[in-house]
Amino acid sequence: MSGTLPRWTHILGVGIVLALLAFVIFGPLANLFLWAFAEKWYFPNKIPQEFGFSFWGRVFSPRGGALASLGTSVWIAVLTVIVSLAVAIPAGYALARLKLRWRSLILLAFLLPQAIPNLPVYVNIARVFYEIGLNGTILGVVLVHASHGLVLAVWIASAAFASIDGSLEEAARNMGASPWTCFRTVTLPLAAPGLIASAIFVFLESLDEFTGTYFVGVPDVTTLPLLMFNASMGGNYQIASITALLLLIPSIAFMLVVERFLKADVLAGVGR
Amino acid sequence: MNATTSSPGRWQAYALVAPALVVIAGFFVFPLILSGVLAFRSKGGDFTFEHFDKAWDLYRTDLMFTIGIVLLSTLLIGVVSIAIAGYLTLGENPRAVAILRWLYRWPLFIPFIVTGQIMRTFLAKNGMLNHVLIGSGIVESAATAQSMLDWRGIVIAFVWKQAPFVTLLLAGAMASIEPSHIEAARNLGARRLRVLADIVLPQVWGTLLVGLVLSFVTMLSVLSVPMMINPNSPTMITVDVAYRISTLSDYAVANALCLISLVVAAGAAWFYLQHAARQAAR
Repeated sequence: MSGTLPRWTHILGVGIVLALLAFVIFGPLANLFLWAFAEKWYFPNKIPQEFGFSFWGRVFSPRGGALASLGTSVWIAVLTVIVSLAVAIPAGYALARLKLRWRSLILLAFLLPQAIPNLPVYVNIARVFYEIGLNGTILGVVLVHASHGLVLAVWIASAAFASIDGSLEEAARNMGASPWTCFRTVTLPLAAPGLIASAIFVFLESLDEFTGTYFVGVPDVTTLPLLMFNASMGGNYQIASITALLLLIPSIAFMLVVERFLKADVLAGVGR
Repeated sequence: MNATTSSPGRWQAYALVAPALVVIAGFFVFPLILSGVLAFRSKGGDFTFEHFDKAWDLYRTDLMFTIGIVLLSTLLIGVVSIAIAGYLTLGENPRAVAILRWLYRWPLFIPFIVTGQIMRTFLAKNGMLNHVLIGSGIVESAATAQSMLDWRGIVIAFVWKQAPFVTLLLAGAMASIEPSHIEAARNLGARRLRVLADIVLPQVWGTLLVGLVLSFVTMLSVLSVPMMINPNSPTMITVDVAYRISTLSDYAVANALCLISLVVAAGAAWFYLQHAARQAAR
């Protein structure tokens, strides 16, 4: 070792940096936790004067609306996944496996919603939906979420199909399987992990979506993010923190398992 | 590649792509075009710049504020992600690398709106950050503690949320670098920072730029974070757009503001394409 610092000072340095990083990452989350269980918390107390669950009761009571919003959010997310995958799987397959002129142009078109600020889209789609009666409906929100989720789904699906060894499909075709049977029994199962990953991505994105729902969902569709936003702007930090905590659970669960679904070879193939 | 595909096969391929393209065209491209039309159309239906004049008069400061915040955040995200991904790739202490790998990505999938709420409480005058700063003696007392719920709060929220995303991309790209390149440089006695700057970074520059440009564009159109952390003037353009629409139903000025932010995003995309073109020319 040619390090100029003695080994233990180095380890101490790394330890201090990691501890600071841990505070930066977990400090804000811990603060949210405290708020979610605080009964009373007034300045300048460092931690809440009283802990308890009374706000949880209020959030989950019928008037609190958390359960209803959770239901709306999950229902919208499920429909968004269905719509997105129904159009993204065929498109992803064609992009990965079939000959398409303007292939890169088509892939670029599927990049647009990720690469362009979405605000103008939401603002104007809300205006159009208002005129045709889709504003404030579940269908309207699902369409907005799907046009965004679709993009990720197409890219991941295309990468998943591309990473399958073509000779397996050829073998099935040579043994007399029809194209559809071959797709259903060979290609689809092999691409399943990637497709599941894209379904989870789309589900989470829809569950967490705020801006589009804010413009298109008003006044009748209240998803969990909207409920949280209203509580927070109304100064009710306990209710906002509890709803935020509910939204955190799926996000963190997914973060912990993401690599199981998205193998490095699929990740490396995104955008090829 | 000239495997013969019969023409029905080609038609099938287009038929499979068509539904997805229709959704994008109908619910993304069409409203975008509408935005362009409305921003330039006067009440009488003529072509006009009046909405841009008005947007510029009213929201010039907010526009600068927005660009400043997003640029600063992008820069910080770049620095943080290079530092973390660099240590993940070159770190010598396997335990520290493992801890860092576990640690950095917690905010990865946390939505912006939750980040906004979390930071709103954490950075407030009576938030946990100030309590820790007071406790550690960095800030003297509760009386001198400051609320960070202004531009700083927005930047912190953006970096906290977006840096793990760019780090994930960057660490992935760094992991696919030929290990022998790094080893050769280390064997020649190069220090780790040198290896990072001279060997590793040049090979992942493209990935870093993609991550940063995507983050830049995303942050430009986030509504929840500025609304929750810093809703009062000067604030970000997104908040102004929401105000023009929810309170005044003024789609014309709102769309002019939207087009201005599209131009800013196009600037970021141009920056990236320049780099990509230079890469391709090599």
